[in-house]
This record gives sequence, structure tokens and C-alpha cells, in this order.
Amino acid sequence: MNFPGSGIVKGLAVTARNMVGSYFEKDRLTTEQYPEERPKLPENSRSFPFLVYDGEDAEAGMRCVSCKICEKECPPQCIFIIQDRDAAGKALKRPKVFDIDISVCMSCQICVEVCPFESIRMDTDYGLSSFDRFGSLVLDKAKLLKSNSYYQSIHPTEAAETDARLEADRKKKEAAASAKAAAAQKATKAAEPIKPEAAA
Amino acid sequence: MDLLERAPIELKSWLLNWLGSFGVPEWILAVLSAVTVIGTVIGVFLGLFALASVLERKILARAQNRYGPNRVGPFGLFQPVADGIKMITKEDLVPRAADRVVHFLAPVVMMVPALMVLAILPYGRDMVPAELDAGILYFFAVGAGTEVAVFMAGWASNNKYSVLGAMRAIAQMISYEIPLVIAAIITAMISGSLSPSAIVAAQGGFAFGFLPQWFALTPWGFTACLLFYIGALAESNRSPFDLPEGESELVAGHLTEYSGFKYATFFMAEYVGMFAVCGMLVTLFLGGWQAPLPFLAIVPTWCWFLGKICFVAFTMIWVRATLPRLRIDHLLAFAWKFLLPMSFAAFFSAACWHYAGRGPLAWLLSLAIVAIPYLILGASFSDRFSVSRRTYQFSE
Repeated sequence: MNFPGSGIVKGLAVTARNMVGSYFEKDRLTTEQYPEERPKLPENSRSFPFLVYDGEDAEAGMRCVSCKICEKECPPQCIFIIQDRDAAGKALKRPKVFDIDISVCMSCQICVEVCPFESIRMDTDYGLSSFDRFGSLVLDKAKLLKSNSYYQSIHPTEAAETDARLEADRKKKEAAASAKAAAAQKATKAAEPIKPEAAA
Repeated sequence: MDLLERAPIELKSWLLNWLGSFGVPEWILAVLSAVTVIGTVIGVFLGLFALASVLERKILARAQNRYGPNRVGPFGLFQPVADGIKMITKEDLVPRAADRVVHFLAPVVMMVPALMVLAILPYGRDMVPAELDAGILYFFAVGAGTEVAVFMAGWASNNKYSVLGAMRAIAQMISYEIPLVIAAIITAMISGSLSPSAIVAAQGGFAFGFLPQWFALTPWGFTACLLFYIGALAESNRSPFDLPEGESELVAGHLTEYSGFKYATFFMAEYVGMFAVCGMLVTLFLGGWQAPLPFLAIVPTWCWFLGKICFVAFTMIWVRATLPRLRIDHLLAFAWKFLLPMSFAAFFSAACWHYAGRGPLAWLLSLAIVAIPYLILGASFSDRFSVSRRTYQFSE
């Protein structure tokens, strides 16, 4: 039989169990002590875009060719690109300036979707707050460029896929190039017999 | 041990003698004597307040499987310092339409009775700051001043939430004061005195050589103790009776328009008042400064008193962690339809216990006199508040 007030006693027992239990059973406490304990982010988490480069040298291995597709597609228009030019004024296949304003960026990943060169990818770093309202929230090229190995470390599955695709593309290109070269050789070989004639 | 027991008294008289040796006039010494006592008591209770403000948050957190404050100092124990700095440096806002004088006076009027009631508590053997024959009367008479302060705060703020909160506070405090006072009167009736020291003395000694003769260990005393406890929760506006500042419907009740140091004063007064009423409960029902077992009497009496206060305060925090806030009509119905009849039952039970000779038979008789009304009233309340499947009249 429930005597009057038994509900209160039951409730007190529950809170007492929590009070004592939370000191002995660590899995009762679900709080993460943030600066010391970092959450294990899921692999597909994303914060803001960054630029991938291959190899060791950021400038030389930069995948970006300054096609500006991302700049055009970006819904909040947070990407700003100036194409690099050589001394003669001829456009080069690399950006001179590549800025992303992360105070505007909405992490939609559309730039990643549209990039044909697998150059722009989403980062997972979220600790980007600063005391500076404007300067440090605009990430320039030097800050945006991160190595392919870093990309592999934060998104292993996606990076492996990208690498495989790039590798396949490279092989196809090589095959095409060698086929072209062979064809060219054939053509030259075919053309060769004419030469003596011409010489004659 | 005896030295430790008398340490506070000896320390005071040593200090006064030392000052007296410089030829300080008698009346200054008398004033100094009073000031040291007052300073010590206020200091101890403000220390308890600081400790309680952080420990309450930690205990509540643990009851909900959280860590609670743990950033400031070791285990977050310096949190009150950070809170204090924050409170003092905050802007002190007064609404333009507020009654500035009353708005300013309300926290002061709240704080004064909270500190004044500390005067009559017996903190240890021969340690009563003001030995009053009608100490209990003084306690409740002065303690009632906080109700005025709450209404002053609500009225002067010129804010609908403040006034609503203050109205509720008045309704609640006056309703709960009745069972509270009747519960206290029962102990005065049994011990034959309104003096807290005499009531503590009446609970001295041990039955069969080990069982303390605290009033809380008799059927009527246990009932009265619970009634006093519930009344104390309501008087100090603590959950589940924190309706006057129920943030889910009233923003913060009478505290809505207070900020900065005035808010901190209210907060402090509430906690000091809570500790004072805990001290009264300990004095009336839990044997005051007396040790619970004979061999534990080597621990100084003032340690027992403070320990018991901390224990009662802990249970208040525990209750706060457990029970949800009541609705205002349930709250008043509970006071008038349950607590008031129960307090009369406890009153009658105590009288029967006394006239039946205070023996085992008296024990059983008084148990029956409180248990039967409890079961009847409890059953009727359980029916009224029982949760059943909700039926909808118009849908379906």
C-alpha cells in the first residue's frame, strides 16, 4: 500500500542515489569538461572550407587553379579570389589572393561540391574565435592552405576517395598522353619516309 | 576538550581582559563585548552563506548527474568570491517609475530581521548572544519582518510581476506561519518555557543510557518537526515553495527589478534566514547543541550545533533537488487543509503524551493521535492530486 507521502520518499531516494552515484560511477556524468576534454567529432563534421595542397610546398602543390567557380557559387559570397599573373600579364593557373570570410561563411559546403579540382574541402576545426572582429576572421591563402595529409587525418574516408579519383584521373591522363605520344610517334614515323623523298 | 568547548568564551574574555589592562573604560569594554559576539555570529553565518551558495549548486548538480561549479579555485570553492565581485560591480538599476526610497529600503528591511533572529539561538552550552525568556516569541515576531520586506520590494518596483510575486509571498508566508508557530508552541508547551535554552535543556539526557531525548524522536515531536520543516521551507521561499520568485511564470517575482548589490543583499538575507530557521528547528526538535550519543559529548557543543544546522540545510537542498514547484492553489490548500489540521493533531498528541506520563503507553497513544489524522488527510489529498488518464470532452 502506498502511504501518503511515499512519492516524496521515493523521489528523495532517486536524487540521493544520483548524488552518491555520480561520485563513483563516472558514466553517470555526461558533461564534457570542454577545454580539457574535446569531443570526438564524427568524421563528416565540418566547420569552414580550406585549400588542399599536395606534397610539401604549399605554393607549388596547390590544387586550386583559380577557376573562380566557388567564388561564383558561394551563396553568402564569402570567397574572394584574384588570379595570379606573370610579369607579362598572362593569367596563371593559380590564385594570387584567396580569402574566405568565415564570419560570413555558412558552412554550406557548396564550394566543395562545385570544385572540379578537389581543391577546396571542409575543415573540422571550430576553435576560431578571436578578439579581433574583422582581421582574424578573414582567412587568407596562407591560413587556408593545408596539406593533403592533414585532410586525410580529418576526413579519412572522403580523402581516400578523392585520392583514388585523382589517381585514376592521373592514370587516364597519362594513358591518354602516352597514347597521344604514341600516335604522334606513329605520325612522325609515318611522316619519316617522306623525308628522304623531300630531301631527294 | 573542555578547553575547546569553552574556547569561544575564553577567547572573548581574554581579549577583553587584555584590552582592560590598557585602562580602556568599562563602557567601551561592554560595547566591545557585544560587538565581538555580534561580529562572530554574523561572520559565521555569512561564511555559512558563502559556503552554502557554492555547495548548494554542487549538490544540485550532483543530484542531476552534473559536475556543478568547478572552475574557480580548488573544486570551485572560490565561486562565492567571483559571484560577490560580479554582484558588486553590476549596475544598480532602479526603474524610473519605482518608489526609490522603498525600493532602496526593502533589501535592508529584509536583511535586518534575518540577522536579528540570530541573537536568541543557543550556539553551545552557555553560548546565547541574547538570553531572552521569550526567545521563541522574539524569533517569530522579528522574523515576520521579512514578509514586509518582500511586499515592499514588490510594491516599490512598480512592476506587475513584482507585485504578483509579492502578493503570493504574503499569502504563502502568512499561511505557513501558522503551522510553523503551532509546531514551535508545542515544544514550548512540553518544556514549559519560551526560552530556547530551556527547551534545549529539556531535551538533555539519554534514555536507557544511549537514546537521546530529542523531541524529534517522539511521535508528536517528529510530526511537529516535519511541520516546522515544511513551514520553514515555505518561510524561506525555498523550493518546492519558491512560488514568489517562480521564474517560469513570474520572471523573478519581487526580485525582478533588483540587480547588483541589492539583489545580492536579498539573496544573502534569504540564506541567512534559512540558516536561522534551521537553527531554530535544531534548537526546538533536534536537541540543540547536545550530542546525539553520550560518548560523542567530547566534541564541543557549538560544533554539534553548527553540524546539525548544516545537516538540516543539506536536507533542504536535497528537497529542492527533488520536488517540483507547487501550484499556488495547491500550495495554499496544502497549508490550510493539511498542515493546519496536522499541527492541531500534533498539539493534542503532545498534550496526551504529557498527561499519559511520558512512558511507552504515552508514546503509543500520541503515535495513534498523529497517525490516524495523517492517514485520513493524506488519503484525501492523494485522491485529489492523483494522476489519472486524462479524458478529453470535445476531441474524438
